[in-house]
Amino acid sequence: MKIRLENVVKTFENFRAVKDVSLDIESGELVALLGPSGSGKTTILRMVAGLEYADGGHIHFGDQDATDIPVRDRGVGFVFQHYALFPHMTVANNIAFGMKVSKVKRDRAAIEARVTDLLRLVRLEGLGDRFPAQISGGQRQRVALARALAVDPKVLLLDEPFGALDANVRRDLRRWLREIHSELGITTLFVTHDQEEALDLADRVVILKDGQIVQQGTPQEVCRDPQSAFVMKFLGDANVIAAEVRDGRAHVGDISVEAPGVVDGKAELYARPADLDWSAEGPGIAATISRVLDRPDGRRVLAVTAAGEQLEFNVEPERVVTAGEGGFVTLRRAKVFAV
Amino acid sequence: MSTLPTRKKPPRVGDNPIFRRTLIGIVLVLVAFVIVAPLIIIGVEAFSKGWVVYRDTIIHPDTLHAIGLTVLAALIAVPVNTAFGIAAAWAITKFDFWGKRFLLVVIEIPFSVSPIVAGVAYLFVYGLQGLFGPLLDAYDIKILFAVPGIIIASMFVTAPFVARELIPLMQAQGRDLEEAATSLGASGFRTFLSVTLPNVKWALLYGVILCNARVMGEFGAVSVVSGNIRGQTNTLPLHIELLYHDYQAAGAFASASILATIAVFTIIAKVLLERQGAGRVRKTANPAEKIA
Repeated sequence: MKIRLENVVKTFENFRAVKDVSLDIESGELVALLGPSGSGKTTILRMVAGLEYADGGHIHFGDQDATDIPVRDRGVGFVFQHYALFPHMTVANNIAFGMKVSKVKRDRAAIEARVTDLLRLVRLEGLGDRFPAQISGGQRQRVALARALAVDPKVLLLDEPFGALDANVRRDLRRWLREIHSELGITTLFVTHDQEEALDLADRVVILKDGQIVQQGTPQEVCRDPQSAFVMKFLGDANVIAAEVRDGRAHVGDISVEAPGVVDGKAELYARPADLDWSAEGPGIAATISRVLDRPDGRRVLAVTAAGEQLEFNVEPERVVTAGEGGFVTLRRAKVFAV
Repeated sequence: MSTLPTRKKPPRVGDNPIFRRTLIGIVLVLVAFVIVAPLIIIGVEAFSKGWVVYRDTIIHPDTLHAIGLTVLAALIAVPVNTAFGIAAAWAITKFDFWGKRFLLVVIEIPFSVSPIVAGVAYLFVYGLQGLFGPLLDAYDIKILFAVPGIIIASMFVTAPFVARELIPLMQAQGRDLEEAATSLGASGFRTFLSVTLPNVKWALLYGVILCNARVMGEFGAVSVVSGNIRGQTNTLPLHIELLYHDYQAAGAFASASILATIAVFTIIAKVLLERQGAGRVRKTANPAEKIA
């Protein structure tokens, strides 16, 4: 099912949570809404679900205007951040709940067969008789997904699906959700504040700030070509270096990088830790190493430039660098944004 | 056997023996004088003139009528206040609306107002000289000095019990479960029956028991509005007072022993319920530890 949001607006008391958001989600696509807290991503998800109503704009499911369809009839599967499993029901009864209350009557055997299928799909065979409090967090998350899928939703919506889990479980479940998605091909929208999760899992990432979409695209597009300093900073560690733009190039000391489309004058140069390197000789940005942090996959160097800017970058594990050493930071690549 | 050298352990913080014994002593003395002694006196005095007098007091028509009236008040006031409590708790915890905080405060008023004030207030609302007095009189509807007045006064006094038990629990549970049920296609009523109610049932029963105990024991508000007509508008607590003022101490204590018995059963039920409620949590928590 294709979903289309058209100039959607939502205001809470005096706070504009979502400002004029338009977004197209293709049928079968897996899309991440990524943003810091307060960016309106959960509100958008809840409006798509029908748990909140939009104050303005329209939400279309396929050709149908779903803006005013109540959640009960909207046909979405919603997985809550804290799973919201019914604590007084067994896992099997949790999964069966949607089928039991459905207007489409099914007989007991059909429901049981479907529950068994879903338990197999989420790899929880044999746990049907447990209560939610008797299973682990990762298992609860999978029960929540099975429960949402049981009603054959047109759209699957997940609110911070892995937020409450520890890092290892999170990585496993991410891969697993990706597999389930390719198996079922259901249009899926999920919310996260974790950029790694969004980039790992989604076909397309929609980045939000203050209730507006600031950029959207495939993980490759948003990583390689961030359109603003906000996206650059939000997607990962970035060094910020003051620069001067003249004639389409940003100059820092005696080096310069291309800065297409940036107006002349003061600007900021953004570089990932892997975009910088260390050299004993110039040209480069003169700096002194203040600390070296050793990590499993390399060495992280902290340096202070002559201008007092703190820089962080990676060097190969074999590289000999020591704190107190002076030298030059060189640029492999960088993005330039006007101040 | 190895003998460890015995060493005098320093007391834990706040665990000074003199301090501890003094506190425990004060509590025990207070409990003995304030709670236990009166309860024993009720039993002793009730039977002071023998079993026959006790039985005669209980089966006296006025006493039986008072018991019946008290039970009737409870049978009406408790279900009404239960429904009110559930509705109020649901509204306050699951919806946002203007005046929500105000409603929360209003629900608490019967707890903070002396019941006698409530009784007097009802006099001014429903009494002959009161707000609706002439209107009620015109249609020959008797509220004060009649059974409806007793029931209304009892309802006022016990209005907060169920709501007070439910609101904190339902607030802690949030709206997620209801939202989940609705997103799965359940109707509002179905959501309430299969999701909300099972998760608050122990708190609800607890509130109902406390509410019932209070309805049966209510004296102040009911005494103002009932008119104390023997055999007609006398509830059990009022009956006890009447007997006592008639110098029938044994009869008063015999009637009081009924209320005391109800109270004891209320406490037993309350303890059992608390255990049930806690048991659920414990039952589910243990296997989880095994898995983890």
